[in-house]
Order: sequence, then C-alpha cells, then structure tokens
Amino acid sequence: MSEPAQGFEPIEQLSDEEVALIEHECAHLPDRQSAAIDAMMIVQKHRGWVSDASLAAIGRLLGMSVAALDAIATFYNRIFRQPVGRHVVMVCDSVSCYIMGADGLARDIQKHLGIGYGETTPDGRFTLLPIVCLGACDKAPTMLVDEELIENVRSEDLAAVFGRFE
Amino acid sequence: MTQAPLTERIDRHGHVGIDDYEAGGGYAAARRALREMTPGELIDLVKDANLRGRGGAGFPTGVKWGFVPQGDAAGKGPKYLVCNADEMEPGTFKDRYLMERDPHLLIEGMIIGAYAIGAGVAYVFLRGEYFESHRALDAAIRDAHERGYLGRDIFGSGFDLDLRIHGSAGRYICGEETALLNALEGKRAQPRLKPPFPPASGAWGRPTIVNNVETLCNVPAIVAHGAEWFRDLGLTDDAGTKLYGASGRVKQPGLWELPMGTPIREIVEVHAGGMQDGYKLRGILPGGASTDFLVEQHFDLPMDYGAIAAAGSRMGTGTMILMDDSVCPVDLSRNLQHFFAQESCGFCTPCREGLPWIEELLTDIEEGRGRPGDIELLEKHGGYIGAPGNTFCLHAAGAIEPLSSALKYFRADFEAHIERGGCPYRTGPVKRVGMGTR
Ligand SMILES: Cc1cc2nc3c(=O)[nH]c(=O)nc-3n(C[C@H](O)[C@H](O)[C@H](O)COP(=O)(O)O)c2cc1C
Ligand code: SF4
Ligand code: FES
Repeated sequence: MSEPAQGFEPIEQLSDEEVALIEHECAHLPDRQSAAIDAMMIVQKHRGWVSDASLAAIGRLLGMSVAALDAIATFYNRIFRQPVGRHVVMVCDSVSCYIMGADGLARDIQKHLGIGYGETTPDGRFTLLPIVCLGACDKAPTMLVDEELIENVRSEDLAAVFGRFE
Repeated sequence: MTQAPLTERIDRHGHVGIDDYEAGGGYAAARRALREMTPGELIDLVKDANLRGRGGAGFPTGVKWGFVPQGDAAGKGPKYLVCNADEMEPGTFKDRYLMERDPHLLIEGMIIGAYAIGAGVAYVFLRGEYFESHRALDAAIRDAHERGYLGRDIFGSGFDLDLRIHGSAGRYICGEETALLNALEGKRAQPRLKPPFPPASGAWGRPTIVNNVETLCNVPAIVAHGAEWFRDLGLTDDAGTKLYGASGRVKQPGLWELPMGTPIREIVEVHAGGMQDGYKLRGILPGGASTDFLVEQHFDLPMDYGAIAAAGSRMGTGTMILMDDSVCPVDLSRNLQHFFAQESCGFCTPCREGLPWIEELLTDIEEGRGRPGDIELLEKHGGYIGAPGNTFCLHAAGAIEPLSSALKYFRADFEAHIERGGCPYRTGPVKRVGMGTR
C-alpha cells in the first residue's frame, strides 16, 4: 500500500480520458476547485484508488495543493487513499440491520473471507468495510458488493454470493 | 382523485418509464405551471397546501421558497435548487424507493420548484451508494431532455433548466443542508454558520433551496389537484400523504404511502402485519436513528409532525425502527452512538470528543464494566452535548435524542447491566467486530 517515502513528488500523468472527464466537470462549475471531489472520484474510477501521485496530478490540473486535496479526500468514505481489492464488500452495520443480526453476519463474513474490516484478501480479490445504512432496512441485513445491493443476506448464502465475484 | 399521489404509478407499473408517467398525466402539472402560473402563484399554492419538508425538520416548503429573492433583488448570477437525496439516516429507505421506481416524479417536482424560485440550475445531491437510483435518474433525465422537458425553453415557456446529478463521496453529515452545499462546492462537508440561510446565500454564495426527495415529489400533484385536495388527504392538521416505513422484527417490513397522521399502531399492526411470533414490541424510533424513542403509551398517536413532537420525539423521516424484546436497549444505544460518533464532522469539541466518549461508556456498561453513577453521567454529559447551541449543527442533538429517551424508558435495563456486571440479554461473552489492523 505504501508510497515510496522519497524526498520528491512522484510525477504521474492523468490519462487523456481522465483529463477530459475532469474538464467536463469544470466546464459547468463556477471555479476549478469545485471539481475537486468529482476529479478524485473520476481518477478512482479509473485506478481503483487515489494515490499521492494522483493527488499531485489532480492538484496541477485544478490549481490546488496536495494538502488541500488530501484534507478533502480523507473526509469522505468513498475516496480510497490506499489500494483496495478487485471487489469492495460493504456490510451495513446500522441499527435496523443490527436488530436483524448484522453483528453475527459480519463475523461470519469475516470468517468466510478470512479478513477483518479494513483489510484486503491476500489474493487481492475482496476488500471488506463496514457501511452506514444502505437504505434497504426493510430487507435487513444488507450489504453492497461493488455496485450491487444484496438484501436479506444469510450466512448460509455467503459462498454463493461471493462466488459470483471473481 | 388519487389518494396515493406518490406511489400510484409505482403500484401500477413497478418501474415507471416516461411513457407510463405521461400516460398517467405526468408532466401536465409542470406544463401548466410554467405556461400559466407565475412563480408567486406557485409559492402561494404550496404554502396554502401546507406542504412540510419530508427530510426530517418539517419546515413549510412554500414559506422556504418565499425566502428566495426574486427579480432584481436576487442580484446577478444563478440561483440553485438542490434536491437532498443523501438519505443516510439509519432506518430510512424512502427516497431511494421513489428515485428508483418513479424518477420522473422527482424531475417534474424539480422543474416546478426551480421555476417557482427562478433557479436555472438544479442538482440532485445523491448518496454515493445509490447506484440503482443513479442509473434510473440518469436515464430519466435523458428521456426528459429528449422530449424538451429539461434544457432550453421548456414547454415553450421561455424557462431554461439544467438538471445535474452530483454523486456524493459519502458522509452522513452531507445530508445537513449547509454541509451539503460545501460538498457540492467540492469542499469538506462541514456545516456552515447560519444565518445566512441558504435561500439568501447558498451554493457558491447564491440563493439556494434545498429540499428532500419526497418533499419535491409531492409538488406535481399539488399543482394538478390543488391545495385543498392536498390538505384534505391528511387525517390531522398536517397535509398530504406520507411514505411510512417499518423495519425490525415485524411480519412484513416495508414502505407504505398512507394519509398523513395515520396512527402508529395501524402502521405497525395492519401494514407491517404486527410483530413476528414470539417477539414483543418494546419501543420505536419513529423517524430514523436521530429521533427519540416512543413506547407503548404513545402507539395510538397519529404519525404527524405535531403529535409526535408533543410526545417528545420527532416524526423525522417517518420510517420507524422497531425494537423488540430480544434486543438489548443498551447495546442498541451503543450501536446508534457508534454511528453518530463515527459520522461527526469533527468541527466542534462536544460532538467530536463527546460522542466517542459516550460510545465508550455504553460499551463499558454493555460489557460489564459499568459503575454506579454511569447512568447519571450519561444523562449529564448527554444533556450537555445535545443542548441546542452547544454545538455548531444539529448532528450532536440528533445523536442524544435516542440516548436520553432510552435512559428514560429503558432505565431498568441500564441499571441491570451495572448491577449484574454484564448484559442480561447475552449468554456467551461479548465478541465484537472491529476494524482490522491496517
Ligand atoms: C445531521 C443531519 C443529516 C441530515 N440528513 C438529511 C438527509 O439525508 N436527507 C434530507 O433530506 N435531509 C437531511 N437533513 C435535513 C436537511 O438539513 C434539510 O433540513 C432538508 O434537506 C430540507 O429539506 P425539506 O425541507 O424538504 O425537508 C439532515 C439534517 C441533519 C442535521
Ligand atoms: S455538531 Fe458535530 S457534525 Fe455538527 S458541526 Fe459540530 S462536530 Fe460537526
Ligand atoms: S440499517 Fe441496514 S440497510 Fe438500513
């Protein structure tokens, strides 16, 4: 996960596509800094996470310091400042799911994947994170795998569900 | 005339496409509003209908719209309408349903709202995890554009509207309307000092209205059927219908559009089918995690703004969380405070430092390390953290609402934990799932 701790800023180029998408956002905003979050989300969509080098490249494009961008990045849940697995699993730990047994489910998921929250499987397949209420409380407990909402999750279904995500 | 203006098309079609929507009279209200009504007439109509905000606070929508400066008083530059679609309040699942199933209803509500306040740009501030809503809204915005309902000179009225989706990068506090505006501007989502309020100075310092999804979805039918019709839908002083929900150990958890003021007991027993066999209802959080508990003595109350407030709670989002007798009120309180502590934006000390402290104390009590005096300590410090004015926004106050009411109604449970040195609801040792080592 770690960036080399060298005394200079690593140079990284954003792809033409990333630049075009970021410029598209800037075009309808009053100033370029307002595109900061969009820009980081765009880069993350292409690279899986937002590295220090990516921040530097975004900073050059938007006229912002790396520190200013990092302060924004670290505020938000969905901006990953370290690499994640091919699939991100987010288990709802909010109150309705809690009532319907989410704590036990989370333990079973951790056992099944062999990792704790905040960790990635050694084969780089899954990263596991807790998430706030997914807005499907009538179908608790719930989890999100990448962009797919999975409702009424039962421990006995885990092998089948995770099996769908190579 | 319809009794279910929010969901009747969903009941008929499941997912409502633009043709289904128009076949049911959709976009006729926006067409009429833009062609035949002045912004002032629309604002008066929504005031007269007594539409109140469905995002939690219940502020009268027409009154809020009326605060936006019009004409020369607005100064130079754009005005904005922002739909708050950040839905992250635990236990709340109503806005996602509307956006996924009937996105044109929201778009039509936003066209009318934007016209009423004179906004040329509108945003849907959408929760990042709502991928299905994003796809549905994207497609619907495209379809509406193609038919000329968005973009330039809508319905030949001369009114232009640019409608965009802003996908949130994720944080509960983004739902607080001034924090939301900072997020929209690409900044950290810290709440802003009020006043000035957003209608005077909002996004990029310009007049801005922030309204909840369900609020805006009510607007087309008010234009179509009138203020009196809307007021008459409600069973009590509050107008319209409400998307009520129930989650927890009920037989049929779900979401129902019912007249505003439907009694709690009817929602639980008739619509949610009552409790699952073997479980007894002990308390409800009536409108999401940040509302005070209500208990048996309150269950005959109508679910509306006034009655629930008089009982010491808030209707909030109207999606209730049911706590049955197998759930430990102390551990549930710990779950709630974990959420609020984690989601504090960190700006002010009582919230940033106080909420984790409360979570820790609740964890101690739950795990058998509670001491005599801890309940009083929770009350005292909770009261301090939750008192309006002690913190910069209402996040901290919202966190304390379910705690202080739990201490009131389930006090014996807290006492039993301390006396027994552990949780009476558990048999084995407590095994918690925490963050792994990084
Ligand atoms: C901590 C906090 C979180 C909030 N989250 C939401 C939310 O997710 N959705 C929402 O519509 N309103 C939320 N609100 C309320 C908004 O600040 C605002 O009152 C509302 O969007 C106004 O719309 P309405 O008048 O149509 O209800 C939240 C308020 C606070 C204090
Ligand atoms: S009360 Fe909490 S969330 Fe609100 S501004 Fe203060 S620290 Fe931030
Ligand atoms: S509490 Fe888990 S989906 Fe709402």
